[in-house]
Amino acid sequence: MASFATLFYKELLRFWRVSFQTVGAPMLTALLYLLVFSHALEGRVNVYQGVSYTAFLAPGLIMMSVLQNSFANSSSSLIQSRITGNLVFVLLAPITYAEFFFAYVLASMVRGLAVGLGVLLICAGFVGVRLEAPLWALAFALLGSAILGSLGLIAGILAEKFDQIAVFQNFIILPLTFLSGVFYSIHSLPAHWQTLSHANPFFYQIDGFRYGFFAVSGVPRGIGLAVVGLSFLVLSGATLLLLRSGYKLRG
Amino acid sequence: MRALAGVSLEIGEGEFFGLLGPNGADKTTLISIIAGLIRASAGTVAVMGADVVAEYGRARRMLGVVPQELVFDPFFTVHETLRFQSGYYGIRGNDAWIDEVMHHLDLTAKAGVNMRALSGGMKRRVLVAQALVHKPQVIVLDEPTAGVDVELRQGLWQFVRRLNRDGHTIVLTTHYLEEAESLCARIAMLKAGRVVALDSTRNLLESFSGLLLRLGLESGELPAALAGRVIEREGAHVTLRLENHAELEGVLAGLRQSGVVINEFDLQPPDLEEVFPRLMERP
Repeated sequence: MASFATLFYKELLRFWRVSFQTVGAPMLTALLYLLVFSHALEGRVNVYQGVSYTAFLAPGLIMMSVLQNSFANSSSSLIQSRITGNLVFVLLAPITYAEFFFAYVLASMVRGLAVGLGVLLICAGFVGVRLEAPLWALAFALLGSAILGSLGLIAGILAEKFDQIAVFQNFIILPLTFLSGVFYSIHSLPAHWQTLSHANPFFYQIDGFRYGFFAVSGVPRGIGLAVVGLSFLVLSGATLLLLRSGYKLRG
Repeated sequence: MRALAGVSLEIGEGEFFGLLGPNGADKTTLISIIAGLIRASAGTVAVMGADVVAEYGRARRMLGVVPQELVFDPFFTVHETLRFQSGYYGIRGNDAWIDEVMHHLDLTAKAGVNMRALSGGMKRRVLVAQALVHKPQVIVLDEPTAGVDVELRQGLWQFVRRLNRDGHTIVLTTHYLEEAESLCARIAMLKAGRVVALDSTRNLLESFSGLLLRLGLESGELPAALAGRVIEREGAHVTLRLENHAELEGVLAGLRQSGVVINEFDLQPPDLEEVFPRLMERP
C-alpha cells in the first residue's frame, strides 16, 4: 500500500510542479474555444430547447478537457520515464503491476478532473452553469478520465519516442474528441454521420456527461453508462494484462 | 537474440564479488536479470533464496542496484528522490537512515537541490544512495566509478567497504581492473555471455605465475637471448617476463655483458591488467 501511495503521490507532484503547463494551459485553451465558438454561433445554433449554444457547449468543453488531459498525463509521464531511463527506479522496487496501474491512472484522473473543474468554473463565470443531475456528470467524468488514463498508459508502453505519443494524441484522441459532439449535437448530422458517431466511444462519454447538466441526452443515459462502463473494463483489463506481461517495460 | 549462455554462479553471503569482462560481455544483462529488469528466457536466479520471478517482492527488497546509466528524475530534489525510492519499497518514516546515507555520500548539503542542477559525480552519488534506502542485504554496483573523479571514487569505496564489513554482499562490475583487484575477494570473468574464469582474486593472479620486470634503457641494445622474454616494448622502455626471482640474476648479467645501461628498474608480481587479457584470449 505504501508503494502505491508513494508512486501515486510522485505522479501527482510531477504534474503539479509544472501546473502552469499541465493545468493552466489547457484551461486557457478551453476559454479560447468558449470565446470563439460562442461569439460565432450563439443565437444561430439551437440544440436543446431553452438551452443557449454557449450553455450547451460548456459541458462538452469541460469533458473534452478532462479526457485530453487524463490521456496526456499518463502517456507523457510514462514515455518520459522510459526515455530518460528513470523508470528503472520503479521497476527495481517491489511494486506490483496493479499498484503501478492504479497509481498512474488515478493521478491522470486527478489531473483531468482538476482541469475539468477549472474549465467548469470559467464556464460558470460566462454563462452560468446548472447541474440537473450532478452525480451522472461525476460518474461519466470519473469513468471517462479513467478510460483515457488507461489509454495513456497503453500509448506510453507502445510508443518508442515522444513523436509517437504525439501521433496518438493528434491522430486518434483529438479527432475522436472533436467529433464526439462537443461542439454540436449529433442529431444535426446527416443520418450516416450520426451512425458513425455512435461508433465513436467518446461520443457516449460527452453525451452522458452533458446529461448531468441538462437531464437530456442523445442516447438513453443507461445505455451511455453501459457503453462507457464496458469501455473502462475492457481498456483497464487490457492495460493490466500489458503491464503484467512486462511488455517493453521489462526487457 | 541470445545473450547469456549457461552462466552458473553462486555468490556467498557477505562476499565482495567482482564481475569483469570486456564491453559486450553481457555483464549488464546478467545484472538486469538479477534485478528483474529483464526476464531470462531460461534458467533461474535467486537473491538470498528468493526467486527473482516467482518471489520478486522478497527478492527486490533484498537487492539494491546502482545502474550504470546516469539516470534521474528532473522533477525532484535529492531528498525527494530518496524519500520516493524508500516509499517504493514500502518504507515510511525512513528519514534517519536517508540522512545517514546522504551524510556518508556527502550529499547532505545538496538535499534540497533539484536533480537537474547536480554535477555528474553528484548524480552518481544519488544513484548509490537510492540503491541503499531500503537497507538491502545484497548491493550490486554496475560500473559505479565510470567517469567519476578520484575523490568520489575513494569516498565511494570507503563506504562500500564499510557496508561489506557490516555484512552486506557486494557485487561489482568495473572497467578499472586495479579496483577489482584491491576490492574483490572473488572474481568471475565474463566473455560473450559465458563465464571464462571464476576463482578467488589471489588464485587468478597466482595461476599466472611469474614476475614483470620493467626496464628503462639508457643506452645499448637488448641482447637476442632475452628477446623471448619481452612482452611489451615502448621506446626505451621494455617489459620482460620472469618465471621467478632466481632468474633475475641471469637476466641482469646478460644485460651487463651486452653493455646495456639501465636508468629505470621495476619488479612486480602480475596484476589483473596483465592477467585479464590473457584470460580473455582463452577459447
